[in-house]
Amino acid sequence: MGNIPQDHYEPKPGTATWLEDRLPIGGLISHLQNFPTPKNLNYAYVFGGILVLFLVIQIVTGIVLSMHYQVGDEASFRSVEHIMRDVNGGWLLRYAHANGASFFFIAVYAHIFRGLYYGSYKAPRELLWIIGVLIYVVMMATAFMGYVLPWGQMSFWGAKVITSLFGAIPLVGDSLTTWLWGGPAVGEATLNRMFSLHYLLPFVIAGLTVLHIWALHHVGNTNPTGVEIRKDSIENVKKDTVPFTPYIAIKDLYAIVVFLIIFVAFTFFAPNYLGHPDNYIEANPLVTPAHIVPEWYFLPFYAILRAITDDLWIMMIMPFDAKLGGVLAMFGAIAVLAFIPWLDTSRVRSTTYRPIYRWWYWILVADFFILMWVGAKPAEGIYPIIALIGTVYWFAHFLVVLPVVGLIEKPLALPETVEDAFNKKHGINDQVSTTGKQDDAAALQPAE
Amino acid sequence: MTIKEPIVAHTHGTEDGTEPARRDVLFLATGAMGGVGVAATVWPLIDQMNPSASERALSSIEVDVSAIEVGQQVTVTFLKSPVFIRRLTDEEKAAAEATPIADLKDQNAQNALHPDDSATLKHRLVDPERDFLVMSGVCTHLGCVPVGEAGDFGGWFCPCHGSHYDTAGRIRKGPAPTNLAIPVARFTDENTLKLG
Repeated sequence: MGNIPQDHYEPKPGTATWLEDRLPIGGLISHLQNFPTPKNLNYAYVFGGILVLFLVIQIVTGIVLSMHYQVGDEASFRSVEHIMRDVNGGWLLRYAHANGASFFFIAVYAHIFRGLYYGSYKAPRELLWIIGVLIYVVMMATAFMGYVLPWGQMSFWGAKVITSLFGAIPLVGDSLTTWLWGGPAVGEATLNRMFSLHYLLPFVIAGLTVLHIWALHHVGNTNPTGVEIRKDSIENVKKDTVPFTPYIAIKDLYAIVVFLIIFVAFTFFAPNYLGHPDNYIEANPLVTPAHIVPEWYFLPFYAILRAITDDLWIMMIMPFDAKLGGVLAMFGAIAVLAFIPWLDTSRVRSTTYRPIYRWWYWILVADFFILMWVGAKPAEGIYPIIALIGTVYWFAHFLVVLPVVGLIEKPLALPETVEDAFNKKHGINDQVSTTGKQDDAAALQPAE
Repeated sequence: MTIKEPIVAHTHGTEDGTEPARRDVLFLATGAMGGVGVAATVWPLIDQMNPSASERALSSIEVDVSAIEVGQQVTVTFLKSPVFIRRLTDEEKAAAEATPIADLKDQNAQNALHPDDSATLKHRLVDPERDFLVMSGVCTHLGCVPVGEAGDFGGWFCPCHGSHYDTAGRIRKGPAPTNLAIPVARFTDENTLKLG
């Protein structure tokens, strides 16, 4: 299946062999169970497993919620209250689904920033990364549509504002928004299609996830050193890796338990902490809530949308207005992620060995949180300036810092192999040295 | 050196390589027809999302405006969106008239009945002789409903992204690109306003 040498699966005689000759599912399961995984993975690598679990949680809770949910101008809000008050355990299912979305995004952001730190997007993992970006985009679309379904004030006005973004597109903008709405404005027709798509898209995510994992199993995991595991022989593979089961599986499960404890604590004790009280007011097309903000996981990009105003010099030379400018900046801020594999010019993957880039990486992380914070603030006073600086840095990081630092930086010396790095970290003085080189120790010293 | 390959010749043109062969024509024609077929099949799947006949049917309403006093605003729902009907005070009219057109970000009246006129107060009112300002209550930025008697220009202020409109509903500051739109609106008699 992949290009990492792995023990061949030999089905037991009888049923297993009969099945394997017709459908090689035993081989697939064996491949997944025994997949050679770098033995130096740290806890930054647990979020992929958490994400798979949360996709399952969201699909399962979502399917049962849809058994009670109704679509309609009045029916939607009423049926959500019906779920909360009357359906057996309905409150739990809905709170788990709503908070599940938030924790899904916590995990996906951790997963993305892990990828950025360890250079997981670099060759030969560009497609793996791009499929991940696609999953993230579909996740955002799904979460947005799901938030519309209770048809509260935030649902309605969020839907109005976000669909109106497409009105900024020249020439076809108006026809496009009318097409999206299915009427002269956001209404029942809009709500109905959002429900349809909200049910569909998670399965698209599931399909993309299969591709994501397939690509991962073809090229293999990265690891904190960024040094590829040796794939030349099964013996060397075994020196650099451990079988996924039980080693990584148990570690992932441990992380899942810790993550679930936090998730469940929110679901039971602060189920509305991450939501907005305005969404418990039924949608009213005549009154916009005084302070309209998206869910927290959209805030950084919402801040970028609002940061573009007509008085910026860049907007004065652009052939379009700030409305389209803001929309382009927002979508561009996400789209730029797909080009990172080619924007990063560094020879080494892992930021651990990049003394200059390391600083810029943490500035990016801070920038992300600053944008998230400022996105929740009203667009007045000092906040638009902060949002603008944050926006400029977001783009500068990917379009300037990433290419330039990669060229001027002198990376620290990399360990020869994953095994060497592992042994050094854990103080193992392996007599049966794997590389057989005299200068192993020297290679581990940081170069000046 | 040339070795004749009749099959290649059939698919890629005649032997001298200039004229398309009969097979090329058939291939392209079939492909084009297939493309038309796919487009014709996909179109209903896309077009079903456009407004249905029942949505399109609700395109005109009549409003009794006899109860509206000067300085009052009534919001009605027209085509699922709010429409503001406001009787401007003398101060509001004076403020709107005192603003030079050159100061406006959007100098078009944005009036469905005056598509090419400049954004003077006269072109924004339903009837230049009367004080009724009738306009869409949908911010031209991203569709929120602006709040009346607010903002830096005493007109409307959109709480979502901070667009300021003046007393004639013209955009003065903030991200909105155009003035608040004026729908097709006429007085059918003294007290009846017809929208649409």
